[in-house]
Amino acid sequence: MREIVIDPITRLEGHGKITIFLNDDGNVENAYFQVPELRGFEKFCEGRRAEDLPIITTRICGVCPVAHHMAGAKALDAAFDVEPTETAKKLRELEYCGYYVYDHILHFYFLGGPDFVVGPDAPAAKRNILGVIEKAGLDVAGEVIKHRAYGQKITGIIGGRPTHPVSAAMPGGIAKSINEEERQEIEDMFRSCHEFAKFTLKLFDDIVLKNADYVTLITSDPYNLPTYYMGTVDNNNKVNFYDGKVRVVDPEGKEFVKFGPSEYLDVIEEHVEPWTYVKMPYLKNVGWRGLTAGPDSGIYRVGPLGRLNASEGMATPIAQAEYERMYKTLGGKPVHATLAFHWARLIELMYATERGLELISDDEITSKDIRNKPGKPGEGVGIVEAARGTLIHHYQLDENALAKKVNLVVATTHNAPGVCMSIKNAAQGIIKNGEVNDGLLNKVEMAFRAYDPCWACATHFAIGEMPLEVNILDSNEKLVKTIRR
Amino acid sequence: VAFGSCANDGCVKSLANLWDKDTVFERAYLETQSTMNPESVTPKTHVKVKEGELELPEFYDTVKTLPQTVEVDYTISGCPPPVPAILEMFTAFISGNLPPKGSSFLPDKSVCDECEREKKHTEITEIKRIYEIEDDGETCFLDQCVICMGPATRAGCGCQCPNVNIPCTGCGGPGPRVVDQGAAAISALASLASDSNVIKQIVDPVGTFYKYSLANSILRRKVKK
Repeated sequence: MREIVIDPITRLEGHGKITIFLNDDGNVENAYFQVPELRGFEKFCEGRRAEDLPIITTRICGVCPVAHHMAGAKALDAAFDVEPTETAKKLRELEYCGYYVYDHILHFYFLGGPDFVVGPDAPAAKRNILGVIEKAGLDVAGEVIKHRAYGQKITGIIGGRPTHPVSAAMPGGIAKSINEEERQEIEDMFRSCHEFAKFTLKLFDDIVLKNADYVTLITSDPYNLPTYYMGTVDNNNKVNFYDGKVRVVDPEGKEFVKFGPSEYLDVIEEHVEPWTYVKMPYLKNVGWRGLTAGPDSGIYRVGPLGRLNASEGMATPIAQAEYERMYKTLGGKPVHATLAFHWARLIELMYATERGLELISDDEITSKDIRNKPGKPGEGVGIVEAARGTLIHHYQLDENALAKKVNLVVATTHNAPGVCMSIKNAAQGIIKNGEVNDGLLNKVEMAFRAYDPCWACATHFAIGEMPLEVNILDSNEKLVKTIRR
Repeated sequence: VAFGSCANDGCVKSLANLWDKDTVFERAYLETQSTMNPESVTPKTHVKVKEGELELPEFYDTVKTLPQTVEVDYTISGCPPPVPAILEMFTAFISGNLPPKGSSFLPDKSVCDECEREKKHTEITEIKRIYEIEDDGETCFLDQCVICMGPATRAGCGCQCPNVNIPCTGCGGPGPRVVDQGAAAISALASLASDSNVIKQIVDPVGTFYKYSLANSILRRKVKK
C-alpha cells in the first residue's frame, strides 16, 4: 500500500494534514484529514473574569475574532440575564456585517477563489492572489484590498480595534456609541462595498458560471455530499448572521429541528477520534455512525452553503434574487455540491452589504442608549453565525462573575466530519491507478478549501501558512516520490 | 523577529501553564458538556488505523515564548502587533539603518503615557468591574476604581481599548524596562490603593495581570508536582 501525505496544506486558516492511502492498484483505499494542533481554551478560560471572556476568546482566531467576540457578548447577555438595548443590538450587527465583508472577500480572492479564477489545473505558483490579479486585472487588486480594509475599518470604528474588537465585552450592550460623522463614514464604506459585492458576483458569473467545465466540476460526483445542514434564521426563516434560532434541515431539505441557544445540548454532541485534535460534532438524535453521509448519519454541515440550505431565503432583495438563481442553476434545494459553498459565500457578501446599509440608515443607530444594567451572574449560551458557520459559546459563571466552566463549539468544528468525507470522495474520484500530480492533489485540497476551514478556530489553535510537501510512500513506508510547492 | 504577543509573551494561551497537558485534554475531550466519549478516547501522537499509521505532533505541558526557545534579534509584541510598528520594522530593514540587537519596534513608553483620559491619581477605595460603572469616557479607569493594565503595558496600540471605553487588558506585553508585566501592574495598583482590603477585592489576579504574559513572567507556570 502506498501512502500520500499532504502536509501542510495551503490556503486555509490554521494547519491541516492530509494522508491518502493507495492500495496495490494505485487507487485510493482511504484518506484521512488530520488537524495537528490544540490550544485548550475550554480549560484556561476557567477562573477568568466574565467580562474578559469575549476578549480572550477573540484570540482563538485572527481572521474571525469578531465572531468570537459577539458569541461571547451574547453569552454574557444570557448569563447576566439582560437584553441589550435596540441600538446596542443594531451596532453589534452592523459591526458584524463589516466583519462578513472582509472575511468573505478574503476567502474569495485570496484563499478559495484562485482555484476557479485562475483554474484548478494552473501551476501552483499562479494559483494565488497574484494569479487572480493577473487574470482579473491590476485595478481589481486595488479594489480587493480597499474593500477588505473597509470591512476592517468598520469593525474598528464600532469594535474599537479592526482585529480583536473589545467594545461588546459589556453584558447588556456595547461600550461606545457612534456619532454622525462616524455614521456617515461607515455608510460611505458600505455603499462602496455594496458595489464591490455586485462586481464580485459578476466576476464569478463571467469566470465560473459561464464556463461549462467549471459548472460540471461543481456538480460532479466527487464533490457531492448529501448531509444535514445547519444555520441561524430570523422569524421568517431567512438567513441571519447575528441573531435568531438555529434551524437544521435533513438531506431532503425538510426542517429537522429548530432550537434556541440554551437548547444546543439537546441537539449537538461531539465525537472524539484518536488521530486528530479536532472533535467531530453530530446531531444527537440521529447519532454518530462514523464518517458517512446521508439521512441515517448525524453529520451536518454549516457555513455559507449550510446556512442557505437551512434557510428559506435571504432577507434582502439582491441577495434573495441571487439565492433563487443559485438553486435554479444547481437543480433545486438543498444543494449538496460542496463547491457551491463559493457561490453561497458571495450571496452572503451581498447580503452583508445590503443589511449593513439598512442598519446604518436606521434612526436609532446613533442613539446614546447603548447599555442596559446587567442582572446577577449565572449561565448563558451565545450563538452567532461566524463566516464559517454556527458558533456556540457557553459560559457558566460563579457568584463573583468568574468563569466556572466554558464550552465552545466552533464553526469549522461542525464541518470537520464533512471536510474529512469531502477529501476522501475527491481523492477517490480523482486519483486513479496511482497517477498523482500537483493538479490532482490541488483538486483534493479544493474539496476542503470550499468550506473555508479555519482549523485555528476548530481546535482553537493558531494561524499559519507554509509551503507544501507531499510524500508518497510504498507499502514498506519507503519514500517513492516527493512533490514540493 | 519575535512577532506578536504569542511569540514574545505567550499570549492568552500561556494561561494554560496554570495546568498541564492531561488537564487540558481532560477538559477538551472528556468533560465538555457536548462531548460524548464513553471510551475516553484522546488524540495520540501515533495511531494505528486499518490502512497504516497516522502521526500527530506532541502536545506539551508548557507554553514557552520564542526568545526562551531560540535567539531572536528584534521584537514587536501586541495582539495584534500594531501596524505603525510593523511599518517601522520594514523601513529599518529596507534602509539598513538597524537599531541595536534586542530592540523593540514599539514606542519606548507605556499605554498610560499615550492615553488621553484625565488622570487624577485618586486613592482607590474599592475595586469595581467595568460593567458596574457609568463610565464618563474621560476619566482614567483607575480613578474610577476599575483595573486597567495601562501603567504596565507597552504602548504602540494607539490606546484603542480606552478610546472605546474598555480598560487596557495588557496585550502589548510588559512596558519598557518592565521585567514582569503582572508585578508592575500590581505595584501600580498597590501605590494607589487606600488599604490592603482593596487588594483582597481583586478577583482572578493571574488572569487579570498576566492575561497575555504568563509565559514571559517570573512565574512562567504553575509548579509541576
